[in-house]
Amino acid sequence: MPERPSGNWLQRLREMPNDRPAKIFIVALTVSLVCALVVSTTAVLLKPLQLANRERERQEHILAIVERLPGVRELFATVGARQVDAHVVELSTGNYVRALDPADYDQRAAAKDPQLSIEIPAKHDIAGIKRRARYAPVYLVKRDDEIKLIILPVHGSGYVSTLYGFLALAGDANTVVALTLYEHAETPGMGAQVDSEKWRSQWYGKKVYDDKRRVRLGVALRPVDPASPDFNYLVDGITGATRTGEGVSNLLRFWLGEYGFGPYLAKIQS
Amino acid sequence: MTSASIKTLTSPILDNNPITLQILGICSALAVTTRLATALTMCIALMVVLTLSNTSISVIRNHVPRSIRLIVQITIIASLVIVVDQVLKAYAYAMSKELSVFVGLIVTNCIVLGRAETFAMNNDVRSSFLDGLGNGLGYSLILILVGTVRELFGSGTLLGVEIFPIVSAGGWFQPIGLMLLPPSAFFIIGLLIWALRSWKTEQIEEPDYRAEPAR
Amino acid sequence: MAQLSLFIEAVFVDNLALSFFLGMCTFLAVSKRVETAFGLGVAMVVVQVVTVPVNNLIHRYLLREGAWAWAGWPEIDLSFLGLISYIGVIAAMVQILEMTLDRYFPVLYRALGIFLPLVTVNCAILGGSLFMVERNYDLGESVIFGAGSGFGWLLAITALAAIREKLKYSDIPDGLQGLGITFITVGLMSLSFMAFTGVQIG
Repeated sequence: MPERPSGNWLQRLREMPNDRPAKIFIVALTVSLVCALVVSTTAVLLKPLQLANRERERQEHILAIVERLPGVRELFATVGARQVDAHVVELSTGNYVRALDPADYDQRAAAKDPQLSIEIPAKHDIAGIKRRARYAPVYLVKRDDEIKLIILPVHGSGYVSTLYGFLALAGDANTVVALTLYEHAETPGMGAQVDSEKWRSQWYGKKVYDDKRRVRLGVALRPVDPASPDFNYLVDGITGATRTGEGVSNLLRFWLGEYGFGPYLAKIQS
Repeated sequence: MTSASIKTLTSPILDNNPITLQILGICSALAVTTRLATALTMCIALMVVLTLSNTSISVIRNHVPRSIRLIVQITIIASLVIVVDQVLKAYAYAMSKELSVFVGLIVTNCIVLGRAETFAMNNDVRSSFLDGLGNGLGYSLILILVGTVRELFGSGTLLGVEIFPIVSAGGWFQPIGLMLLPPSAFFIIGLLIWALRSWKTEQIEEPDYRAEPAR
Repeated sequence: MAQLSLFIEAVFVDNLALSFFLGMCTFLAVSKRVETAFGLGVAMVVVQVVTVPVNNLIHRYLLREGAWAWAGWPEIDLSFLGLISYIGVIAAMVQILEMTLDRYFPVLYRALGIFLPLVTVNCAILGGSLFMVERNYDLGESVIFGAGSGFGWLLAITALAAIREKLKYSDIPDGLQGLGITFITVGLMSLSFMAFTGVQIG
């Protein structure tokens, strides 16, 4: 009787001696395929979790940066929100630049880099800063996806130093929540009064734009009558520190105008 | 379990410990033991990879051609490590950042490759599984001991829980800064080896050279 | 001189053997005699200089997120395949190196050849590539880092071998003989290399 053929192809494969080229090839291929399958499946299945983890870490990092800005923690309490979205904005268009990471972006360094900054034409350089970075970080504090705070970094020439600070606007991109100038070297007792609680508290509730969308926010040169319409936009000047007050007005008007965050705020409002 | 199986499982713990006798797997034992939690994560990761790789290599051991033996082993081990790494990144993100490249280095961890080549390629699946588990346990023992000493005396805590209140927090314990530095792991393992070999004298190495006693 | 700084850092400050403890198994096992240690060290340098840049190219143009943007698929992220690719490249490079040495430099092959398989699975080689990925070096920096890290490892193992050769004549307690005293020696060496932390050139 003829012998039975030695079973199906699997059994033949198993019985094949190990040094046959065919076997080497098949074993290599099978191992590669199985491993590839296991690895790829795991990677694909777990990717959403991993992305969520990375995002959460970025959020915490941004939060740490923003919280370090003086006065921001109180703001968080005021608006009852803590979720911070950070973006880098192209100032000329008001568009978000996704390629730049706000956690790493250094606006001050960029302003000195000829490739990342522009020279401001003299007649538009109200704040006296000469060069301006093309991009700036903005921080949106949200609660349940509703924008509660827009935090904009601002700076400009004061009397004897450059004033650095941030302007916090409410979600309508028109009402001021706070203006904090955290870095400056103005005259103590005079220009340095920009740090005083009394002066700073005036900013809450002031409006940026009037109905014709002109920037009206600033520091008044003479005492403002609470009844006049100017009261909505201006805070009292500091006695004996007119130039500092002017500096604040100038930097506000610059950064809220077309050469600053104007285009961006217009986009938010629409 | 047969006595042979028990022996396969338990001998790598003390008698044939991968770190203190076989000189395998040392790299990670030193770098990840500053905190007990990281050391434990590493132990678990290595045990998972070791047992699974030993088992799977043993399953195909009779069909792996000699010429591609090493690369097949490495492929299987690397795939397992990638899977463990991905799982860590998904479920224990902060821990995975702390372990950084060391999870990936399990691929070249001498224990895994060493056991695969010397044991799993020549033994049945059950024994290979037990051998992997045993070596993993031996490795873990050393790591846990070193990690405990380093965290306890370096930070006064264990698994993050304060055991010795440190001076800067108002307590009495002055942490030994050296414990947080890498060299301390070397010293601790050296002393562990001394202790182990004083107990199990059969592990003592013969010196290359013995001076003649003075006349 | 950023390149010089990178090289010096790779050799001393970030020494793969004494600061990061990579390649320990072979480090401890092959450091009994200076000639063998030196031979292994040289093999390490050669392999490192070749594999780190090659892995850099693979990471940059094939694996990382956005690497396939030139083909129109910027969302593809194959970085999870990194481990297996790098080790595959290393195994292949070592194999090619072995064959090249055998064919064209037989004297060198006789000196180094036996070490090459040991080098393949040395954590330091894979570690070098993984650090390169983590620190995002470009191609030039990869070459310098490869050379520096390999050289640092060579330095460390040769130094250890020299010390162990001297220790041969010492009266060491039985329990510490061999592996035990080596660990303590390496611990002391590592401590001394820590003096380099914070060193910055230029």
